[in-house]
Amino acid sequence: MDLSFSKEEIAFRDEVRTFFKESVPASTRQKMEEGRHLSKDDLVNWQRILNKKGWAVSHWPKEYGGTGWTPAQQYIFNEEMQMAPAPSPLPFGVSMVGPVIYTFANDAQKKYFLPRIANIDDWWCQGFSEPGSGSDLASLKTTAKKKGDVYIVNGQKTWTTLAQYADWIFCLCRTDPTAKKQSGISFILIDMKSRGITVRPIQTIDGSHEVNEVFFDDVEVPVTNLVGEENKGWDYAKFLLGNERTGIARVGVSKERIRRIKELAGKIESGGKPVLQDQRFREKLASVEIELKALELTQLRVVANEGKHGKGKPDPASSILKIKGSEIQQATTELMMEVIGPFAAPYETHGEGSNEEMDWTSQIAPSYFNNRKVSIYGGSNEIQRNIITKAVLGL
Amino acid sequence: MDFDLSEEQRLLKDSVDGFLASSYDFDQRKKYAAEKGGWSKGVWNKLAEQGLLGLPFSEDDGGFGAGAIETMIVMEALGKALVVEPYLATVVLGGGFLRHGGSAAQKAAHIPAIIDGSKTLAFAQLEKNSRYDLGDVSTTAKKKGAGWVIDGEKFVVLNGAAADTLIVTARAKGSARDRSGVGLFLVPSNAKGVSIKDYPTQDLLHAADITFSGVEVGADAAIGDPENALPLIERVVDEARIAMCAEAVGAMDESLKSTVEYLKTRTQFGVAIGSFQVLQHRAADMFVAVEQARSMSMFATMASDFKDAKERANAVAAAKVQIGKSLKFVGQQSIQLHGGIGMTMEAKIGHYFKRLTMIENTFGDTDYHLNRVTEAGGLI
Repeated sequence: MDLSFSKEEIAFRDEVRTFFKESVPASTRQKMEEGRHLSKDDLVNWQRILNKKGWAVSHWPKEYGGTGWTPAQQYIFNEEMQMAPAPSPLPFGVSMVGPVIYTFANDAQKKYFLPRIANIDDWWCQGFSEPGSGSDLASLKTTAKKKGDVYIVNGQKTWTTLAQYADWIFCLCRTDPTAKKQSGISFILIDMKSRGITVRPIQTIDGSHEVNEVFFDDVEVPVTNLVGEENKGWDYAKFLLGNERTGIARVGVSKERIRRIKELAGKIESGGKPVLQDQRFREKLASVEIELKALELTQLRVVANEGKHGKGKPDPASSILKIKGSEIQQATTELMMEVIGPFAAPYETHGEGSNEEMDWTSQIAPSYFNNRKVSIYGGSNEIQRNIITKAVLGL
Repeated sequence: MDFDLSEEQRLLKDSVDGFLASSYDFDQRKKYAAEKGGWSKGVWNKLAEQGLLGLPFSEDDGGFGAGAIETMIVMEALGKALVVEPYLATVVLGGGFLRHGGSAAQKAAHIPAIIDGSKTLAFAQLEKNSRYDLGDVSTTAKKKGAGWVIDGEKFVVLNGAAADTLIVTARAKGSARDRSGVGLFLVPSNAKGVSIKDYPTQDLLHAADITFSGVEVGADAAIGDPENALPLIERVVDEARIAMCAEAVGAMDESLKSTVEYLKTRTQFGVAIGSFQVLQHRAADMFVAVEQARSMSMFATMASDFKDAKERANAVAAAKVQIGKSLKFVGQQSIQLHGGIGMTMEAKIGHYFKRLTMIENTFGDTDYHLNRVTEAGGLI
């Protein structure tokens, strides 16, 4: 047992840190530091910088463009990226549909889609949740009926993140209406430009437009867009959701936010002295830092165990990462609210691209509101407790 | 970075777990605790035979030269079995002072007897008003000739009555809370002027209140600098905190296991109560608390080798905070989920709760250590 990084790992960290320092566009870094929304161009531009370096899909197998890094290196890379701060590549392509494609899709699909995902030539979104299917995902109702060489897709998806920019959506559709819940579902790739698709924005409580409803009205999809076998989609979805859980602790994001909290709390005064000198505030902050350190260690333990649970099978302990990771992210946004105090109140509407001039303080409350989502998405924290109950405790 | 145990460490874990599984069940523990002095000489000799008492001492001193990870392995196992023998007092605390501060003569006089199990030690530190402040020492050590005269009162000295030798903090200079001027002295428990009042503790260990009146010891009784031993005291007490973190993880681990087992077997309304989601989620939260504590126990274990004393102290304080939060939740919920049976002396679960609770109040509780981390400016 040795919890310190090796010489090689430290050298790697320095290399990665230097790269981020030199390569993240200044405007992107500033937006991240101030908690502002990034534009589509910011995200595409950054992922292409990463891809040029060969690091956009670093966690993929080498043959598909990955790096072959060890789990520890992968961890260091992610943490350094979050602390830089630099945007993590959007998960929908590189962490969700990408691994499903290289694991279950046919050669033609791999050859076409994978390089385009790495270079974000296609912007992907996720078509899983439906109005009646949240935590009970397998109850989904969107249908895909085979007719000649196309599927006819009808139904509605919701909470579709950034669908307004998307070129493609990967969908779970019911292909066998007679089969029991999980067994009649297929994993289908759908071009967002297809006729019959309507995207309707959902405004969230922070005032932003991240998520959408997506309606399918007799949408024709070539049968060649099916991934793997028909009616086996649930297996692929489970594989995908397991991958989603491991990256979700977001230790680096919380570290960066704590750094920012200290910076601001050192400047903003209350009763003639910086908020950072308020004993109650300092203790709360220290408490969160300790929780975060524990989470970081737990994350490293899960990373070190990777592969010991069988290929593609997530460590059920990774549910801890989701629960604590989301709680800590939320705690940091709460502390930010405390720092800013009454100046959290001013609200400025912002459309995409119109918020450049906005005073960053007006982003603090929205960030707090927005972060309530992190204990809901990716399998709510209650679902994570169900997973621990069944898979770890055997109850 | 590597979380796996080495081959030797795995063997150590198997052997200590195996020994305790075969000879330290709940009923046996009760018998051992009822022996004279509050613990079993027979078990102690077995621990010596297995080499566990010599683990952290250097090979030159007759030990095995093992590190903090080995101590963590042993303490976790002792925590699982709720062992009452004075490993913490003798090997971790007493042994720690000798290893880090003892002269060659002091080591030669005491370490072989610790390793072979023939002698145990106790650390007499707590005073009426010192609470968790290690530098708050009113007991005095006055020079007399080449030696020292010790006067004062110490409280809740773990293993205080059974110990052959006491290691006593006493002030050679300055006033009660000065950082400098504190010394550490080896005092035979049968020295003239030492009076010992023994009693059982809430968690079935034994402690003593000890009065020193005009106790004379030689010049060779002082461990390290008699006027500046606080850094040594802080280091060794940090090692005891680290060891207790591991012990707590073992006790929490076993509490959770026992609670989950109870949820599976206890039926009400015609079903196992573990089928109720409200209890499942409570158990899931206990699991999260145990694993977060385990992570910080490992972190603290690594910190014992940190070169910078401030960094070490901060890491250990942070670990004690996490362990304190986790043990309170796991301990209390273990009782809650066991229901009425958890309230009974005859069920083992309550004994885990009691030991965990006493760990919280030893060498600094959660608030005390949170304050230390806060004063150090955080951890990130």
